[in-house]
Amino acid sequence: MSDDKNKEIDQLSGVETTGHEWDGLKELNNPLPRWWVWVFLVTIVWAGWYFVAYPAWPTLSGHTEGSKGYTQFNELRESQDEIRERQQAYLERFNKASFKEILNDRELYAFAMAGGASAFKDNCATCHGTGAAGGKGYPNLIDDDWLWGGKLDDIHQTLQYGIRADNYDTRLSQMPSFGKDKLLTREEIETVTDYVLSLSGAEQTETFEAGHEIFQKNCASCHGEDGKGKHEFGAPNLADAIWLYGGKRADVFETIYVARAGMMPAWGPRLDEPTIRQLTVYLHQLGGGESDEVQAELIDEEAPLPDAGQYNDAPLEAPEYENPEKTVTPAEEEDAASAE
Amino acid sequence: MLQYFEKQERIYPKRVWGTFRKLKWVAMIVTLGIYYLAPFIRWNRGPTAPDQAILIDLENVRAYWFWIEIWPHEVYYITGILILAAIGLFFVTSLFGRVWCGYFCPQTVWTDLFIWVERIFQGDRNARKKLREGPWTFEKVRKLAATHLVWLLIAFCTGGAFVLYFNDAPTLLRDVLALDVSTTVLAFVAGLTFSTYLMAGFAREQVCTYMCPYARFQSAMFDRDTMIIGYDEARGEPRGKHKKGDSWDNRGHCIDCSLCVQVCPMGIDIREGLQMECIACGLCVDACDGVMEKLELPKGLIRYDTENNIQCEKKSSNQSFKFIRPRTIYYTAVMAIVGGIMLYGLLNRSMLDITVIHDRNPLFVQLSGGEIRNGYLLKIQNKTQEHKTYTLSLDGLDSAFIEVRAAKGIDSESIYVPADSVGTYHIFVVADVDPAKPRDITFTLKDDEVQDTYQSKFITRRE
Repeated sequence: MSDDKNKEIDQLSGVETTGHEWDGLKELNNPLPRWWVWVFLVTIVWAGWYFVAYPAWPTLSGHTEGSKGYTQFNELRESQDEIRERQQAYLERFNKASFKEILNDRELYAFAMAGGASAFKDNCATCHGTGAAGGKGYPNLIDDDWLWGGKLDDIHQTLQYGIRADNYDTRLSQMPSFGKDKLLTREEIETVTDYVLSLSGAEQTETFEAGHEIFQKNCASCHGEDGKGKHEFGAPNLADAIWLYGGKRADVFETIYVARAGMMPAWGPRLDEPTIRQLTVYLHQLGGGESDEVQAELIDEEAPLPDAGQYNDAPLEAPEYENPEKTVTPAEEEDAASAE
Repeated sequence: MLQYFEKQERIYPKRVWGTFRKLKWVAMIVTLGIYYLAPFIRWNRGPTAPDQAILIDLENVRAYWFWIEIWPHEVYYITGILILAAIGLFFVTSLFGRVWCGYFCPQTVWTDLFIWVERIFQGDRNARKKLREGPWTFEKVRKLAATHLVWLLIAFCTGGAFVLYFNDAPTLLRDVLALDVSTTVLAFVAGLTFSTYLMAGFAREQVCTYMCPYARFQSAMFDRDTMIIGYDEARGEPRGKHKKGDSWDNRGHCIDCSLCVQVCPMGIDIREGLQMECIACGLCVDACDGVMEKLELPKGLIRYDTENNIQCEKKSSNQSFKFIRPRTIYYTAVMAIVGGIMLYGLLNRSMLDITVIHDRNPLFVQLSGGEIRNGYLLKIQNKTQEHKTYTLSLDGLDSAFIEVRAAKGIDSESIYVPADSVGTYHIFVVADVDPAKPRDITFTLKDDEVQDTYQSKFITRRE
């Protein structure tokens, strides 16, 4: 097949042409190195293997499965298993630790905060907001005001059993609808509204005395004589700056007239105990947590001990080895003295 | 018939001795010596950091180079090094041609080493050629097997040395010898062993000709004052065979012995002029000078010189080498600026950096007593090798106090950050103030030695 006679050399570049010509332009032939072709063939073989090993071809009802059984779901499952395995190391310690121990251990604390933050966004943020700042009717969890108590155990109980939830142990209380059920007249409600507003700093009206009387008769049993509320009944503090359903006169009036009661599900049956405990620590540390014995003891703790840095296997301080040659017992000292 | 694909023509570079060959050996010993041994240099940084002088610690995201330690956000130093390397390459190339290619490029160095091994087992150019083209005998198998075995050994050491830069070298070396290493390490060692074996054993000059982008664009740095490997055509031509005693009149000094072609690792004929393939290794200069010496002619028929000089000689005008040219000036300027910035950065590198990020949701919280509280995320980079306890204070807001929420009852006077790490704390600022526009506040974190400040806002109402 060799036809060197027909070989056409381009004058300018000295390169052989392919003989193809378009409008007087001739294509030069600069041959590729042969290994290049081999690389190309190898990629084709690779593609063949890929077709067999991985899902590749669509079929009428789906696609070929591939011999490696790869799916993105499997990959997700594997990485989740890996994460769970890593969590396991902490979980065992976490489950054994008391709240006090958790607050006293950097690793467990970080574990609780991370797990709590994630569980909060999955379960709680729907009502309480992603920043836990709540909204009208949904308590703000990061202020310092709590309906049912803000100590670690209080928070844990609320999470576990819920509020007015479908649960035997749920936290339960109900404010009467003073207006709707005709327990008080409209005038009386207006009077007591002004009184309640005066508890948190509004100016006292002429009806202050009358309002005080109505309050003591109807409200004080739950909200307390001073209106500061009681955690046992979930009765809000009426003397502070925080209003769950609004602090304007009309809002407060409406609250007394129809009564308000929010509902929170019991999370005990839905989430596992470690998650609830993580959420407890997370919510407590989010800003609102009331100090209780746990924290009082914490303050007595000594200054924080230095943890090992990132090189955990490296000793923090060089170990001190006793030099046996220089250790001299009193007996030896005497010997030395007598020898002289 | 048209040939669309070209078979690789095997090159058997002949042994040669001379100035440039000596330089090449020195360059090889220095570069390979650094590559294989540098990971074993120790540098004491105390108990909280590794004691390897050059280490890229991927697991703990730190890079160490003797007294310099780089954190991930300081990756701009790497950018700086890359810019310096690129401009440095341009600079050197514009002055001295492709010396990088000829002496320092890993492809060249390892190929050179592999050719040396080849020569030890199989002999010089002609013997190698004969062996390869000859029939398969026991002798041939023995010689080829020995060559490839040593190649693989060198390749393995190359791949093995690479991973040492990412792990504690003595420990990893022990683990590798005990075959107790992770799959990642194994994959890297295997991959680099294979690529070294393939590139230096087989691909060789094909890498420079077909794969390497730098080989191509370096010629853009050339001008007529760049040192190149050049054949003095005026003196050499017309070439022809020469018998002892013949006159040199009316003929060139080139005796067409083709030694310059035989020694060339790229397989080119330099007498055809400067070519894209030429890596400026200068071995043809050594070969030609040897021949000229025997013929008792002046050296330098092929020589390392500027294009200007090689061509001007005909007119016997002045020989010169111009260091200062526009391109060397602006390459120097760029290198000085980039180097200066990096030096300034390194000299002024702070050992403490803080960032205070205001909580986005909610912006502020009303407390039951009427006070307003803002939350912030405080990030503290303690770049020292000591465990530190800092004090956080606040300016710009009277009657405000700082609360810290953290494990172990840490408060604003005892903010603890372990050595060489980032401490993250959620802090609150509480102030009894009237709602107004956001107030400017300044956080200051300090201990006895260092301090850093951060400007932020205190928000009290919805705008």
